[in-house]
Amino acid sequence: MAQQTTWTKKDLTGIETLSRAEIEFLFDQAEKFLPALAPGKGLDLMHGRTVVNLFLEPSTRTCTAFEISAKKLGAEVVTINTTASSLVKGETLRDTAMNIRAMGVDAIVIRHSSAGAPRYLGEVLDISVINAGDGAHEHPTQALLDAFTLKQKFGKVEGLKVTILGDILFSRVARSNIHCLTKLGAHVTLAGPATLVPLSLAQAFPQVRIVHDLKTALSDADAVMLLRIQHERQTTTHFPSLAEYTSQFGLNAERAAWLKPNAVVMHPGPINRGVEVDSDVADGPRSVILEQVRNGVAVRMAVLHLCTSALKR
Amino acid sequence: MSNKNTILVRGAHVIDPANGRDEVADVFVKDGKFVAQLSAEEIKSAQVIDAKGLILSPGFVDLNCRLGEPGRSARETFRTGTLAAALGGFTTVVTMPDTNPISDNVGTIQLIRELCVAHAVVNVLPASTLTKQQEGKALAPMGSLKKAGIIAVTDTTSGVQNNEIMRRALEYANTFNLVVLDHCQDSSMTEGAQMHEGTWSLRLGLRGWPRAAEEIVVSSDCVLASLTKARIHLQHISSAGSAEIIRRAKANKLPVTAEVSVLHLLLTDAALAQYDTRLKVNPPLREESDRAALIAALIDGTIDAICSDHSPCTSTEKDCEFDLAPFGAATLETAFSAAYDALVATGHLDVKLLITRLTSGPAKVLRIDAGTLTVGAAADFVLINPKTSWIFNKEVQLSKSGNNPLIGKTFTSRIHSTFVGGKAVISDSKPVQL
Repeated sequence: MAQQTTWTKKDLTGIETLSRAEIEFLFDQAEKFLPALAPGKGLDLMHGRTVVNLFLEPSTRTCTAFEISAKKLGAEVVTINTTASSLVKGETLRDTAMNIRAMGVDAIVIRHSSAGAPRYLGEVLDISVINAGDGAHEHPTQALLDAFTLKQKFGKVEGLKVTILGDILFSRVARSNIHCLTKLGAHVTLAGPATLVPLSLAQAFPQVRIVHDLKTALSDADAVMLLRIQHERQTTTHFPSLAEYTSQFGLNAERAAWLKPNAVVMHPGPINRGVEVDSDVADGPRSVILEQVRNGVAVRMAVLHLCTSALKR
Repeated sequence: MSNKNTILVRGAHVIDPANGRDEVADVFVKDGKFVAQLSAEEIKSAQVIDAKGLILSPGFVDLNCRLGEPGRSARETFRTGTLAAALGGFTTVVTMPDTNPISDNVGTIQLIRELCVAHAVVNVLPASTLTKQQEGKALAPMGSLKKAGIIAVTDTTSGVQNNEIMRRALEYANTFNLVVLDHCQDSSMTEGAQMHEGTWSLRLGLRGWPRAAEEIVVSSDCVLASLTKARIHLQHISSAGSAEIIRRAKANKLPVTAEVSVLHLLLTDAALAQYDTRLKVNPPLREESDRAALIAALIDGTIDAICSDHSPCTSTEKDCEFDLAPFGAATLETAFSAAYDALVATGHLDVKLLITRLTSGPAKVLRIDAGTLTVGAAADFVLINPKTSWIFNKEVQLSKSGNNPLIGKTFTSRIHSTFVGGKAVISDSKPVQL
């Protein structure tokens, strides 16, 4: 049961700064928004408010999900992507944000390649700032929708064994999930090659287990979260080739058979089919990938609603 | 009517490590130099300073700073930078050659010297690059540069990545008795790196800068010092491993010296938890075990000198995403007071050793006649109030920079006066109107 009855944060910059009670309070709110996902069932809680999607790094899914979430709540949405932004003309992030704020905006949803950028904006601005992914730091709404999906599937997150497989070192999704899942009482295993899953992660995140053997990592898991192999964030030194990665760590039907019968397969998308996961697994009975996508809208509605409600009017 | 050319400092606690002095005594200055005594006649007309309760130390010598000019006068100028140095007790500073244009040629060194004659209030000793355009490919004309007035050679933060070039550079510099100052960074290991590689870099999602990137070059420098017998000074050492390698090199009588920056003695990577761009420095702040090892190395003499590593930036340059912020912190004004509180007030070392590492230590690295109260030497000295309380803020600051991370901090010791060549530059902790 959620202990907390209020939400006071105007920004969502990461999971690390949230309490378990805040996460559960947010889940309760998301739960209430699920019926609004049906066609023709939009709400008007954010009527008259404007949300700007400031995406300074390519994104389709997250950007669209935020746009739909805001519209389902009755808000106006403007999306700025990196090519349209004046940032390419040399304007600073502060100036861009101050200009957007001056136009009477209630919330900025920001995706940025620099870790810490949403936090910086949150300090500069007196409107809501939502982190839609900052460098290799955090992607809080992804972790929230992942845990929300697990809660839906298993009834609770407490006690679940979750294996996160792949590029942990460069992954903001992994970092946010580590924080979120451990706060909610799950046991997290990080798996993949040692270049992407260094042992030093265990010092940074003492609650997690590091495993480099795939069978060990999969055999006792209730859920396996696959991470997209991110070509744009890797130098060539971290693994030899995509084919090598697939041959050693790709989730195919044979390896999926190592999982417990009721274990689920998750992926934040977009999927590299045939790289980190085979199509028959991604589309198979274990997959909850499309439920994740659907829940992502409800969770982001909750984030937008709670953060903008916390703004001092 | 006092005679400005003669000064009598009465009753100070005199600390002069070069001469082994640590006593309450009077100090005499005549015509810009220390003298053993003044005549009765001279005392009558001398400027008398009552320094009871103050420490009198030789002026500090900084082996590593940047003063903006030429090329980056929005960050700092020779006037503002040397005023900041004087406020921090430094009377001699070595400037890095990563200027614009790069200080790899006689013309730029001459320009620096002319600008300093006109604007500097402390002694500025420029270093030139070791290689042309700081590219690590072809040697800079060190012989001509020495004639033009350089004190040392360094490729500063570019380092020299090629061991053959480094070997020849050491041999060539040694021909002219120039010490090579080396910034130890294997840049193949630090591409895109933002901070120390450790638990904090993993948590913050910032690209890590491993200790090994420094230690590998510290090691190769020691090997090359053994090969060439040329003097090599290792700049702003940051890791426990580096300190240990240098300790062994010194035990083997290799001609190696080393410095540490004040910030690395004060802070660790945990200070970056809020993505404070003012603490984004090169080399990066490391862990508590490193900080402790650096203090131990400072005490046992493995590290010869404390430097400011003053790297001024404008506040606008630092007001951005962490990845995009330039490296560097402004530190000249707070170096002594911060080190005093971190090292002396906490009982790690006594004030005499701190002063040693700020005066005779760095002077020996350069083999210059500074950082001493020796009779006949230039009267560069400071008076320090060791029992006070003051806040370093914008009103006090003389540097033009906007990136001193210690702004707003309270300190328990303060530079009271700074004299350069017998002339007061700072008096009562304020700049003297020149």
